Amino acid sequence: MDILKASISKLRQLIKDNKISSEEIVAQISERINKENPKLNALLTVVEKPEVNENMKDKPLYGIAFTLKDTYVTKGIRTTAGSRLLENYIPQYDATVYKKLKEAGAVLIGKTNCDAWGHGSSTENSDFGVTKNPWNQDYVAGGSSGGSAAAVASHLSPFSIGEDTGGSIRQPASFCSVVGLKVSYGLVSRYGSIAYASSLDTVGPITKTVEDCALVLDVIAGNDNQDATTNPAKPSHYSKSINNDIKGFKIGIPKEYFVEGIDKEVAEQVENSIKLFKKMGCEIVDITMPMTRYALSTYYLIATSETSSNLGRYDGIRYGNSRKDFGAEAKRRIMLGTFTLSAGYYDAYYKKATKVRTLIKNDFDQAFKKVDIILAPVSPTPAFKIGEKVNNPLQMYLSDILTIPVNLAGIPALSVPAGFTKYKLPVGVQLIGNRFEEEKLLNIGHKFEQERGELPSID
Amino acid sequence: MYKYQPVIGLEIHVELKTKSKMFCQDSADYFGKKPNTHVCPVCLGLPGALPVPNKKAIEWTILIGQALNCSINKVSKFDRKHYFYPDLPKGYQISQYDEPIASNGWLKFQISNFKFQIKEKKFRIHRVHLEEDTGKLIHSGSDTLVDFNRSGVPLVEIVTEPDFDNSDDVKRFLEELHTIIRYLGVSDADMEKGSMRLEPNISLRKISIQDSGFKIQELPNYKVEVKNINSFNFVKRAIEYEIKRQTEILEKGETPAQETRGFDSVKGITYSQRSKEEAHDYRYFPEPDIPPLEFTYKEIEDIKKKLPELPSDKEKRLIKEYRLKAQDAFILTRDLRIADYFEKVTDEFNKLMLVQDKASVDIEKQQSLGQTIANLIVNKRLSTSLDPEEFAKKAITSTVTYIADREKMDKAVSKVIDDFPKAVEDYKAGKTNSIMFLVGQVMKEMKGQVDANTVKKKLIKILK
Repeated sequence: MDILKASISKLRQLIKDNKISSEEIVAQISERINKENPKLNALLTVVEKPEVNENMKDKPLYGIAFTLKDTYVTKGIRTTAGSRLLENYIPQYDATVYKKLKEAGAVLIGKTNCDAWGHGSSTENSDFGVTKNPWNQDYVAGGSSGGSAAAVASHLSPFSIGEDTGGSIRQPASFCSVVGLKVSYGLVSRYGSIAYASSLDTVGPITKTVEDCALVLDVIAGNDNQDATTNPAKPSHYSKSINNDIKGFKIGIPKEYFVEGIDKEVAEQVENSIKLFKKMGCEIVDITMPMTRYALSTYYLIATSETSSNLGRYDGIRYGNSRKDFGAEAKRRIMLGTFTLSAGYYDAYYKKATKVRTLIKNDFDQAFKKVDIILAPVSPTPAFKIGEKVNNPLQMYLSDILTIPVNLAGIPALSVPAGFTKYKLPVGVQLIGNRFEEEKLLNIGHKFEQERGELPSID
Repeated sequence: MYKYQPVIGLEIHVELKTKSKMFCQDSADYFGKKPNTHVCPVCLGLPGALPVPNKKAIEWTILIGQALNCSINKVSKFDRKHYFYPDLPKGYQISQYDEPIASNGWLKFQISNFKFQIKEKKFRIHRVHLEEDTGKLIHSGSDTLVDFNRSGVPLVEIVTEPDFDNSDDVKRFLEELHTIIRYLGVSDADMEKGSMRLEPNISLRKISIQDSGFKIQELPNYKVEVKNINSFNFVKRAIEYEIKRQTEILEKGETPAQETRGFDSVKGITYSQRSKEEAHDYRYFPEPDIPPLEFTYKEIEDIKKKLPELPSDKEKRLIKEYRLKAQDAFILTRDLRIADYFEKVTDEFNKLMLVQDKASVDIEKQQSLGQTIANLIVNKRLSTSLDPEEFAKKAITSTVTYIADREKMDKAVSKVIDDFPKAVEDYKAGKTNSIMFLVGQVMKEMKGQVDANTVKKKLIKILK
């Protein structure tokens, strides 16, 4: 069991000390998957023969097993994006993030469940069934990267790569008590990531610890000549600086993120986190982000517009299945987006939304003049029950209200476990950083985790 | 009283001959290649693939814009243009909507009218933008096959203002544009291969002339586009057909339908393809996968330095520098290779002449050396496939050597004047025809080794 619960940094040490081989890790995980996955439905595809390359012993992630959200194309391995439409799709090429991880010695063992095309906050929009929350199987694991979060929480893979467009990494990480990083737009290549909303999609890790998050980011960050939106600047060495002292750092608390509708227990956990930061010598600063209230509507105009465009290629001519295989949520978003881009509506909706987006970005720019990071809840509530929100899309959309502004601004944010509710459901806290300041963000997140101490984990 | 005046604008697509495609690394040289062999995830629009713009294609589009006297926009962007068609694998074409690379230009050249009067005309260019080409459908029996080799090949769209009112000007404009594109070396502009495609839009404006002479112009409330024509003559014929067709409709008091039409080159007619009701809502929006393009003043100027001498400038220079007839300078400059060849041959000729007998340099005063060579090229008396030096040598033997023996010719002329006093007298008495007899005699004396024209001029001079 120790092996399964071990962090990447621990596994690396064990492999280095010859205490365990990569094959043994993979074997133990495979056994665990066979036992747990039928209950949780975290993985849609299990790689039959995971390849461990012995020539990669000196690579940073040598022998570390991982899973990828099923929105990343993997050559020769089925990739569905959670949709029936791509049920039998075998990609012809590898996503950059997968290529980088392979080159770093990591071993792909499976593809994780998600809401089809990333449309959702609970994986209930997956055409292959919901992923159950490992902490309570009556509850959702969150979404859209729910499979990745559940897989890491239940030790089906030491880490996973999720995808965050409006909170899809952070919210399930919070619901499952794992660490999730939404990176700055442009830090990690999107090449080979099946697009939901191109100007918002980001590729990031879901891990057991903040340090692991930094170790994975060290591998996947950086410019890619196949993604014109990646930042040409050389990325930092994230894992190197996580132990830096954070005393005197300014933590901003935006009052707009603590409005009605926030679950009491979530608010309590956030309060506790603030206390921890105070204890560590950080300064707590009240800030205001007046445009926050427009984020949700802005997001749903931009994201649906872009998704209506991105999904146009699944026209029934290629990929073997017809447009009828789009689920209800995909159809809803395609129709909304098609409408907002139509002649006569474009200016009032899409264009207006892009202007508000700039204002939201300005809010953050102003805030980061005063503070180092911003602290907020990840989601207004802990995990909700399976089926609770399926008939009310708007209610479902609201569960991303606190994560969406970050995507609109293109800045990074970390979801770190803070504690549990009295019904033993995890609650995470959201730390938001300035653009391309992942180094500082992970440093602060790591120190917070240290101060918080061990939390229970799934057996 | 009233009349109808055609209002014609043009849309021209030119495929760039960059090494790789617009947004991926595949070879853009697709013509005649085995179907679906120049493809990759990007140009097949596979899930997750992303476009990365080709810098060369952007530079060349700027160059085209500059050659057409456009202003180059410091900020430009790509947009997605959505429509459904099996040859468009992403469901959208990456194009440029409201911020093209170049806009507001013009093209000016000389046109001779029906009275053979030469007039300079200027036509405005609305915009020049860059986009990607689509795949190609191949209909085979009851099947339709798709070849994606062409998918993603860089395509420049040039749009003029509706400044034309007749098909001759359109044809001349297109020929000039074609020549410019070929000069720039950015495209084969080969219409047979489809690397240059032409789309005129035509409507008629009613001009009422009141008794006072006052003209009232009405703007047409419709527009007919004729799509994808692959020859200048077809464009001319399509326009002429449309003017006739639309005039007939208007004469009946009706308005021609706003539509897209095709051109049947066999029957010489246009036919309806798509009506306004079926027109697309392309749902343009900025391509989120490609950051906006930004150019500094210096970058734009550096590209401008790469502009070659353009055909109309070269034409003017040849006239001035080589004292060519305008008509010949025009013909020579239609093909950059020929124009360059002409200058090389002239240069070689001069070099060879330097080592020749001094007497021979004094060729023909009435005609420049350049014009002599131009004649040989234009009248195809010597092949331009010859090496320029070879051509120059042959040019010397066929023009200069006759005159090289000027002394011999002078002797022969004197001899003939002495031998045929009757003919000389006849000529002096006004029988100008008898000069030809004398020319013949000189030619005979010199065993044909002389240019008849030169002899004739010499005789006229002596007998004056």
